[in-house]
Amino acid sequence: MPITVEHVTHFLTAAAELIHAHRDELTSLDAAIGDADHGANLDRGFAAVIARLPTVADKDIGTVLKTTGMTIVSTVGGASGPLYGTAFVRAGMALADRHEMSAEDVVLALEAALDGIVARGKAQPGEKTMVDALVPALEALRAALAAGRSLGRAVQAAAAAAEAGAQATIPMLAMKGRASYLGERSIGHQDPGATSTAYLLRALAMTCSRNEEEA
Amino acid sequence: MIGLLIVSHSARLAEGVQEFVGQIGGDQIPIVAAGGASDGSLGTSVERILAGLEQLRAADGILALVDLGSAVMSVETALEHFSGPPVQISNAPLVEGAYLAAVEASNAEATLAQVAAAALQARELMKVYE
Repeated sequence: MPITVEHVTHFLTAAAELIHAHRDELTSLDAAIGDADHGANLDRGFAAVIARLPTVADKDIGTVLKTTGMTIVSTVGGASGPLYGTAFVRAGMALADRHEMSAEDVVLALEAALDGIVARGKAQPGEKTMVDALVPALEALRAALAAGRSLGRAVQAAAAAAEAGAQATIPMLAMKGRASYLGERSIGHQDPGATSTAYLLRALAMTCSRNEEEA
Repeated sequence: MIGLLIVSHSARLAEGVQEFVGQIGGDQIPIVAAGGASDGSLGTSVERILAGLEQLRAADGILALVDLGSAVMSVETALEHFSGPPVQISNAPLVEGAYLAAVEASNAEATLAQVAAAALQARELMKVYE
């Protein structure tokens, strides 16, 4: 069963709920090495996205993702606004005018999102950022699909890799963003951006798995 | 004429820099403050930055002076939606860079490259001589 706009809406709703449920955790991670606003900022951004979704419910997947990105850009005041905003806009551009998407399209969208985050934040793997969750997630997704797994299983593997990637940021020295000003003191804390990326992948896994259970 | 866009996580800090630096050129230099998140809380706002860029549209070029972190990314994101005069983001410290930029920009003939170079000199600015 292909992924439709309805599934994308389900993913965004699940993402908003996960971010809301983990709002305080994300903010306290950010308090340790940043400016203590990541959970509150993302919660505000995704709540605004959910409020906008009904206005694009009859549109194509690309439009829904682009609208999501622009809403995040205009409502999230921290670095995650331009970063996640650009990620969703680029994913939307990769899926312009599409009403259905295949497993390959999910890979394409995530690749476009990663390219957007790297273009905006200039981060490389190992610098204690969202990239450290998204890069292993994409690798796991590609590997699982190549091994013949279903999309639901493959995205579950991607979500697990993102979570492991987020945990792997704990011993890293921050090289980008506000945390980099802390230098050595950034070591020993999990990166809030990598953590929220892992939650977004988990929301995607929930949606893709549910799709297969229905099929 | 080159315009200056002051981008800070704090709306009051951006307005303060605008006030402080505005003293140099009187009302001669277009200086716009674009600080704070959309709701006025701490943060940066692509919308506020875009609105600031629009206010400076009549300038021959715009130098954006920023504080930390997301300020740069927010300006870059805003630039993807702005088609006006050329804009450069300065690597200079906010207050000192804006001050030196305003000194240079008070010459109406100064180019964006000259104003940007003047702002960058703030990185070498000595305050205490030993």
